[in-house]
Parts: sequence; C-alpha cells; structure tokens
Amino acid sequence: MEGSNMNDMSQFDQGVAVDTIKMQSRGVNVFYGDTHAIKDVDVDIADKTVTAFIGPSGCGKSTFLRVLNRMNDTIDICRVTGKTTLEGEDIYDPKVDPVQLRAKVGMVFQKPNPFPKSIFDNVAYGPRIHGLSQNKSDLEDIVEKSLRRAALWDEVKDRLQAPGTGLSGGQQQRLCIARAVATSPEVLLMDEPCSALDPIATAQVEELIDELRTQYSVVIVTHSMQQAARVSQKTAFFHLGNLVEFDETDTIFTNPSDPRTESYITGRIG
Amino acid sequence: MTDMPISTAPARSLYAQDARTKKRNRAESRFRTYGMAAVATGIIALIVLLTSILGNGLSAFRQTYVSFPVELTAERLDPDGNRNPEEMAAVTTFGYLPILAESFAAHLEAEGIETEMGIREIAAMLSEEAPAQVRAMVLANPELVGTTIDAQILVGGRIDGYFKGRVTLDSAERDRNVTPEQLMLAQELADRGMMETRFNWEFITWPDASGSRPEAAGLGVAIIGSLYMMIVVLVLALPVGVAASIYLEEFAPKNRLTDLIEVNISNLAAVPSIVFGILGLAVFINFMNFNQSSPLVGGLVLTLMTLPTIIIATRASLRAVPPSIRQAALGLGASKMQSIFHHVLPLAMPGILTGTIIGLAQALGETAPLLLIGMVAFVREYPDFLSTHSNTFPLMGDGATALPVQVYSWTQRSDPAFVERASGAIIVLLVFLLMMNLIAIVLRRRFERRW
Amino acid sequence: MLWILLTLLFLGTLGYVLGRQRALASAGGDRRVLHSLPNYYGLNVTLLTLVPALLVLGLWLIIQPIAVERSVAAQIPAGYMESVENPTLLMTEVRRLAGGIDDAIDRGFLSPEEAANLASDTDIRAQLAGAGVALGSDVSEEVLVAAQSFRALNATGSTMMLIVVFLLAFAGLAYAYARTHKDLRARNRVEYAVLAILMGASTLAILTTVGIVLSMLWDTRNFFQLYPWQDFFFGLEWRPSFEGDSDLGLIPLLWGTLYISFIALLVAVPIGLFAAIYMAEYASRRVRSVAKPLIEVLAGIPTIVYGLFALITVGPLLRDYFAQPLGLGDSSSSVMTAGIVMGIMLIPFVSSLSDDIINSVPQSLRDGSYGLGATQSETVKQVILPAALPGIVGAVLLAASRAIGETMIVVLGAGAAARLDLNPFEAMTTVTVKIVGQLTGDTDFSSPEALVAFALGLTLFVITLGLNIFALYIVRKYREQYE
Repeated sequence: MEGSNMNDMSQFDQGVAVDTIKMQSRGVNVFYGDTHAIKDVDVDIADKTVTAFIGPSGCGKSTFLRVLNRMNDTIDICRVTGKTTLEGEDIYDPKVDPVQLRAKVGMVFQKPNPFPKSIFDNVAYGPRIHGLSQNKSDLEDIVEKSLRRAALWDEVKDRLQAPGTGLSGGQQQRLCIARAVATSPEVLLMDEPCSALDPIATAQVEELIDELRTQYSVVIVTHSMQQAARVSQKTAFFHLGNLVEFDETDTIFTNPSDPRTESYITGRIG
Repeated sequence: MTDMPISTAPARSLYAQDARTKKRNRAESRFRTYGMAAVATGIIALIVLLTSILGNGLSAFRQTYVSFPVELTAERLDPDGNRNPEEMAAVTTFGYLPILAESFAAHLEAEGIETEMGIREIAAMLSEEAPAQVRAMVLANPELVGTTIDAQILVGGRIDGYFKGRVTLDSAERDRNVTPEQLMLAQELADRGMMETRFNWEFITWPDASGSRPEAAGLGVAIIGSLYMMIVVLVLALPVGVAASIYLEEFAPKNRLTDLIEVNISNLAAVPSIVFGILGLAVFINFMNFNQSSPLVGGLVLTLMTLPTIIIATRASLRAVPPSIRQAALGLGASKMQSIFHHVLPLAMPGILTGTIIGLAQALGETAPLLLIGMVAFVREYPDFLSTHSNTFPLMGDGATALPVQVYSWTQRSDPAFVERASGAIIVLLVFLLMMNLIAIVLRRRFERRW
Repeated sequence: MLWILLTLLFLGTLGYVLGRQRALASAGGDRRVLHSLPNYYGLNVTLLTLVPALLVLGLWLIIQPIAVERSVAAQIPAGYMESVENPTLLMTEVRRLAGGIDDAIDRGFLSPEEAANLASDTDIRAQLAGAGVALGSDVSEEVLVAAQSFRALNATGSTMMLIVVFLLAFAGLAYAYARTHKDLRARNRVEYAVLAILMGASTLAILTTVGIVLSMLWDTRNFFQLYPWQDFFFGLEWRPSFEGDSDLGLIPLLWGTLYISFIALLVAVPIGLFAAIYMAEYASRRVRSVAKPLIEVLAGIPTIVYGLFALITVGPLLRDYFAQPLGLGDSSSSVMTAGIVMGIMLIPFVSSLSDDIINSVPQSLRDGSYGLGATQSETVKQVILPAALPGIVGAVLLAASRAIGETMIVVLGAGAAARLDLNPFEAMTTVTVKIVGQLTGDTDFSSPEALVAFALGLTLFVITLGLNIFALYIVRKYREQYE
C-alpha cells in the first residue's frame, strides 16, 4: 500500500520536474546570540510541490522554515544573513515589509493555535486585516472556500459562530490551515503540523496537504520520516545546522548519497 | 538543483508597499506611539511628583538663625542667686523674652544698624520658640547665668520665609505677622553676616511645635513613633506571618477551612486600609480601652494590615524551594518539621525577609488607619515607651505620632510655612522607604538562587 | 511587666536545662537510648512551662481592664451619672485621674498613703499639677471615689494575675519535669505543639476578618437604632450637626466616591493598559529594565505623598489653568484634582497586573497572528487583548476597589463638602473622607454622628469586598484557562 503510493508520487514527480522555483535560498546563516544555528544553507523550493525538511531535533529545520517568512524577526537575538528570494525578490531587502511577505508565505504551527474567537472570525482574520474582501458576502465566500479547502466545511458549517477553541485537536489544526489558506498565500509553511495530533487526524491532514499541493508550494517540517515519504516530493535532510542532502524524496529514502542521511534514515542517529 | 527556472515577475511585488499596507503601518506606528506616550506619562508623572515634593520640601532642611551676644542677667533669671536649677525653673519663658529682646536691640545699636522700629517689633523677628530655647540652655547649665553668651537664635517663620523666597516685601505689606521694615532689617543683618540660613538638624530631632511657630517644628517625635511601630510590626508580623505560611504551605490539608483561610488572606490584602483603622478603633480602643494614639495600637493595626503581604511573600519563597530538598531531608530520617525548620526555612529566608521589608515599607507610609486611632494628636513630649502605669496596659507607651500622620497634621495648619515642613517630612519618609527598598533589593540580589 | 516576662523566660530556660538533664540521667548518660534528641526533652518542659502561663497572662491583660471598667462604672451612683452632660466621658475622666495619682506616686510627689487619703475638698487638680500631671477639669467627689476604687481593683487584679501566672508556670514545669523519661516521645509532643502554634497563626487572618465585620456590624446596629436606615441609604443630604437632628444620607458621599473613582480609572486604565502593552510587546529589554521599575516606584509611594501632591501642586494648577478660566469654580480641591492624582497612583497597579496577564497569553497565538501577516498592533488589538480581556477586567476591578477605598488623596484633594453635582471642578467628598471626619477629634461614641462612620465603613467594606472577590474570581478563572 505504502509502496504503491510512493510509486504513484514518483511518477507524478517526473511530470513536474520542470516546474519553476518559487523560493530560493543561498548561503543562509542564522545566529541566536552566539549560537550558530544554521550554517550556509542553499535550498530551492519548487512551485506546486511539497518539500519536506527532516532531521533530528535541534538540527535547525524549524529555524530554517521560519527564515522563509521572516518569523525570526519577532525574536530579538536572532540574526539572519545570506540571500533568500521569493519569485526573485529578496525577502530580507529593507524595502520589504514582513507583513506583506507573510501574506504571501503563510504558516501553520506545530500546536494548533486557533484564536479565542469564533470559527468564522478565525478564518476571516487574515482576509480582514489584508482587506481581501469587498463586502460581507465576499468574506463569507472566502471563509467557506477556505474551510472547504481545509476539508472542514462539512463538520463546522452549522456552527460557524462557535468558538474555535472548542473543536477537537485535528479540527483545530485544519482550522489553522483554513485560516492560513484564507489569505491566499503562494507558499504554505507547516511546522510539524501533525505532531500534536492522533493518527486519524494526522491522516486527514496529510491528505489535505497532498491536495494543497495543486495550488501552493508547501514546505513541511516533520519529525516522522514516514510522513516525509508519504507527502513530499522533495526532501531536505538537516543535521547540526547543516543542509546535508537535498533531493527527490525517492532518492533520499532509497539511495542517499551522504552516509549521515543513511544513518538517520536507518535510525542510527536522531 | 539549479536546473529549474526561477519564477519571476510576481503579480504583487514585495518591494512596493501597497496603499493598504502603508495605512496599516501608519496605524501600527500610531499605536506604538500611544504605548510610548503612556510609559512616558507614567515616568513624567513620577518626575513631576518628586520634583514638586523636593522643590517644596528641601528648604525645610535649612533654617535661618541670627547670632548676637545674649546677656543672661542674674537678677532676672536667678533672683535668689544660688544657681539652683529647680528654683530657676520658676522663671518661665516669659521671663526670658525681655532679655532676648534687649540683647538683640542693644546689639543692633552696637553694630550701628539704625532702625525706626521699636523694641517689640525688633523682638517679633525672633521665633516665639527662642526664649524656650535659651531657657533650656540655661537650666541645663546654670553657670551661664550672669555671663554673656554668643547665641544663635532661631528667627520667626516669616523672616525665614523671606530668605527662602516664600515671603517678599510685597507680600509683607498684606501680612499682619511681618512688616517690610523687619524684612529690610533682616536683609541688612544677613548682608553683615549676622543672620544666616544653615542646615537644620533640628528639623529631624525636635518635636512638633504649635501652629504659630512653624520654624521650630521638627520630626523627632514622629520618627521615634514610626520606629516604635515598625518594631512592633516586625516583632509580631514576621513570626506570625512565617508560622501561618509554613502551616498553609507545608501542613494544611486541602479542605474547606484551608480554602477559606486562603481566600481570606487574598481579600484582606485588598481591604481598604481605613477599614483596619475602624477595626483598631472599635476593638483596641473602644473595647479593650487601650490608650488613644498609643504607638502599640498603631503597631497592632499595621501588623494586621501587613500580615497578608508577608504571608503571600513567604509562601511564594517557600514554594520556590524545590521538593528535592525536602525529600533529601526526609530520606535521611528527619521528621517533616525538622526538614522544614532545618532545611527549607533557611533557604527561603532571603525571600521572606525581602517580603517583610516591603510589607514594613508599606506600613511605614500608611496614614489613614492611624488617623482613626487618634495618632493625629498634637504631641510635644518625646514618648516614654516603656512607661508602666499600673492602671494602663503594660508596654503601652505614651501617645506618639508617626511620620505620615505628622505630614497630614501639618497640612491642616494655616501657616503656609507648614507646606514646606510637610514636604520636608515626606522627603524624610521617602528616604526611609528608599533605604528599606534598597536593602530588599540587595538581599534579593545577594541571595537569589536558581534551582 | 518586663520583669514578669523575664522571670517567665528564666523559668522556661530553667525548664529546658532541667528537662534535658533528667532525660539524659534517665538514659544513664547514653543519648542513643533516648527516644528523641535531648533538646526535645528540654523544649517539651519549656513549652509546658511557658505556653499556659503566657496564654493566661495575655487573656488576663485583655480582660482585666474591661472587667474593672465595668465594675467601676456600676459603682458610680446613677443619680450622678445622669447629672453629667456626657456619661461616656466620665469614665475617661476617672481613668485619667487614676493615672494621674499613679504618676504622682511614681514621681515621688505623693506617698501611697497620701494618695489613698486624697480628699475631694482639697484642690486635687492643683496638687497633681504640682506633680506634673495635668487634669482637664476639677475633680468631683464621685469621680475621686470611682478613681480610687479603679486603682484598688487594678492593684488586686494585678496581684492575682501574678499569682495565677506563676503558679501555672511552676505547675507546668513540675508536671513536665516529672514526666520526663527516656521513653517519652518528646519530639512528637514538641512537634505537635509547634504544629498547633502554626495552625493558630494561620487562623489569625480569619479572626481579623471576623473582627472587622463584628466591630462594624455592632456599631452599625447601634447607629440604625438611632437613625432610620432608609434615611441613611437613600438620603440625598449629608448635613451632620452636633446639636442633633443631622441629615446623614449616604447618596452624596457615594456619588463623590464613584465620580472620583471613575475619573481615576479614566486616567489609569488607558495609560496603564497602553504602558503594559508597550512593555510586554514592544519595548526592548533595555527600555523595559529601566521603565518598568520606574513606573512601579509610583506604586511604592505612600498615599499621603500623593495627597500632598494633590493639595499643593495639582489642585492649584487645575484651579488656575482650567477651573477659573472656564468659569467652572474656584476651588483647588475638586473631583478632578483627586481623580487625576488617584489615577496616577493607580497606573502601576493597572500596568503591572495587565503586564502579567498579557505575558501569560501564549506565544503561539502571537505566532499564529504574525504568521498570517498581521502587524503587531493588529495582533495586540484583535488577538491578545480579546484573549486577555477577562484578566484585564479583573485588574480594572481591583483598581476600582482601590480607588473606592483610597483615603488620604481624597482627604487632601477632594474637599469636605458633600454635594450631588456633575461639575468635576467642584469640591466633593467621599465615604472615606467622612469616616475620617466623623471619627477624629473628640468624639462621643453614642451619637449617631459618630456611629454613622461605622455604617459608612461597613458599606465601604461590602462594596470593596464584593469587587475584590469578583475580580479575584475572574483572574483565577482566566489563569486556569492558560495553565
């Protein structure tokens, strides 16, 4: 079952191999105070592709993910060097407003973090602050579309005014995905989106990620190699702040070129 | 890796801020400015408050004196001539007034200072307290009688105010307590170096004075009263507070009584202080017949007020001692009581002391409850705290007043010179508070432990 | 008094030494045979010596004055009692005279025999004045008799107290000493006693509350017997007069209290809240480490200082630059004065509580909002504040309860005239000001004008208690939500 699934994906991969690069990083270093957290990383994020970042905890994969939408800006002691572009534009250029960047590069977090508001207001939050709707019915459309895209609509359509915190864990995470989707981003970053969920909810979210790929470029950080194998087309392996290997997911899992990758995949480090 | 083409020409460039983003960023900086303004307002309020108090009060630490030789004529001060202080005490301050007046006038003449004022008007420049000052000097040392001493004599509040800028020639025209001529004479004396405004220790050591002699009013009694109350609070509140905290934190079973006590303590911490004053009045004075304005009653009331603060701080520092310490002691066969008294309590001590000092500082500044138990009374006697009249409660002490209450009573007096005194008293109070807080900070810094 | 305590302390120490020795002796000098450490045997004896004696001593000291007072008051002829204007002051006079005579003996002006033979037809006032004791008025026969019996009763009482206390101490010592034996579980007994003491200390909080409520309830009841409660709670006039026939309506005082508190909150809540937001969300560590303590200094300043600030700075300033030019009055003490100064006092109160509450909003909510491209202010306004709202409401309620119970600022800044008015530049008065006003100075505690203060105090207590309990409940609920 697992194997055939992967085969399907690799066939699909062949089809998009010529796809364009959405985001590109060159020589990225991140420092937390005196700690050198990310060392000279080059990564290309392809459009309409799921890219997975894997590696042992503390390897810098989440930190690097946060480089991509400048979430590290909110941490005082964090310093980022190197060049990262979105569609050719340097996102660390002083002219760039991180607020506009984050509208294009959305993010979903490890723990579901719905706002203490109604389900509707949670999803409508992004469109409202970015002014994406002309009027109320427009906004309702966006909310419905986003909830549908997050495969949550059928479960919550009758209680849109109920508080978002009242949903189950898996529903909350899908609500957060709907919330991120509602701002119509171009890239969607997911920081271990399933680590707080049970297996059933995880399966739902993974299915959703696969669907999102048709519209967005998705970057997912995960602890689980199986998850990376299941959902991604490209995989980057981080170790101690270095990008050890970045290749087609198939290649990484079947024929890694670096011995460290192999050790990790076979469970000897991590 | 670079075989893929980079997608270019984004629909919305990141480099250009759209109108909406600009608007949002303006709102953002507006909001941020509000925040900064709020912080600044708080700090400015603090600065204005302190400047106002310092500006009004610093001059209380300086006082104007006039120096001239005083001839202590024997026939007036010691009619019998045997230098017996008990007999000389029969001469009241009224007997000393003419001596001062004549010596002052004679000195002016000797110095060649001409004035059209009569001797009464000249004497009125001196403080009403001055004769008492000289009398005390003479009674302490009877041998002075018959000699001429060079004395520094306190001058009246209005003349003093002239050198501090509070009184001007213009205002003197409208003031029946002082005339422009007196001020001009004072100026001349100052020019000749006979009248000077110098540092005023007496402000800290002397007792209060009546409403017509602000220049002699001091804080001595109030400081002693406050000190005595702080000792009472420390002696009662610290052990009781620590005992209560140990029980609640370490021994108390989780039941309704414990819950009730906990809710009670947090509520007591927020009960208006004046309510404690009513409690003190009703229980200690009306029911138990303790002396009004006794610092013991004040101390008891302040103890009850301070207890919640101390209990809350003590419990927090007991909680901060990790359970591993307790378990280690218990594991060696110590009883629970021993593990707490030998190991936990010493480790929690810095925190407890810090909390206690902060509680004491609160108590030191508290005014309202003390007004109700009569500590606002006018007290001129240095209190004898161990006075043991057989018909009063032992250790009760004589009436006293306290620093913040002294401030209040001075604000109720009509002479504007008392504004200066009240502000000066606040400076003394703030200095005490500052010292206590510094001790608390040092304690915390020195003994702060990270587990 | 001091020597009683010292003697008791000596007995306690003696008990400690004796108990320790006896325990060791019973073990034949081998401390390992003892059930507990030797110290515990000593402490056991000390506790049994001191605790009962001290308890009785304390109780005696509280009860004796009351008992003596009652019995002396009963001895004064009823006819004389009625003839004096003020029966409550009579006892004060008796006490003062008795104290004066004792003073005179202490200072050697009177021998005890002379004191016992004082007669009312001689000028006692002058005699005592010679001894440096000042009496307020001349002494009547009845007062002298009462004072002498007051002295006699006190003397007997004190002697009996000594006997009882020392008997108890010795009995405790002897009993505990006799029981001391190597097998006595001394540590358990000592620890049990200590636990009882600890427990007693913790119930003091409840006793205080009970004391507050009872003392005010009692006198409030007395007040309502003299003055109808409807007129108190719904009266629109506050006009006490010491000839009787006062109007003692609560409404104008309550109005002043609430008006001033409202203005104070109007100042403190926005400033405190924005300051808290700035500190928690914007300020760099450096700025915070300077600004936060500075603002908190405001909380450590005694209220009398704010009162003086209102009186000498803010009041005249408001009068000269606002009230008079605008034609709104020319009083320097006003609702505005007290309200603004009280608002300044409350800033740190609101800001530090709100700061804590804002900081306890989980970081994940902020991340979620920033991740969607919200600006910081949008995050604060739309995510953090709604999440923190219950806690902030609790903080504001606590601040309101502070404002309502605040005394010195309004005593010095608000004025003394009870008024139902809307003009904030008018002087008005508050519940707390009137409590101080009615209870300071020479008060006759049987008149409604004095007793009304207790009813005011009770009202104040109930209002602030209600606010506190409600606020603490909200804050606690809020904390649980994010724990």
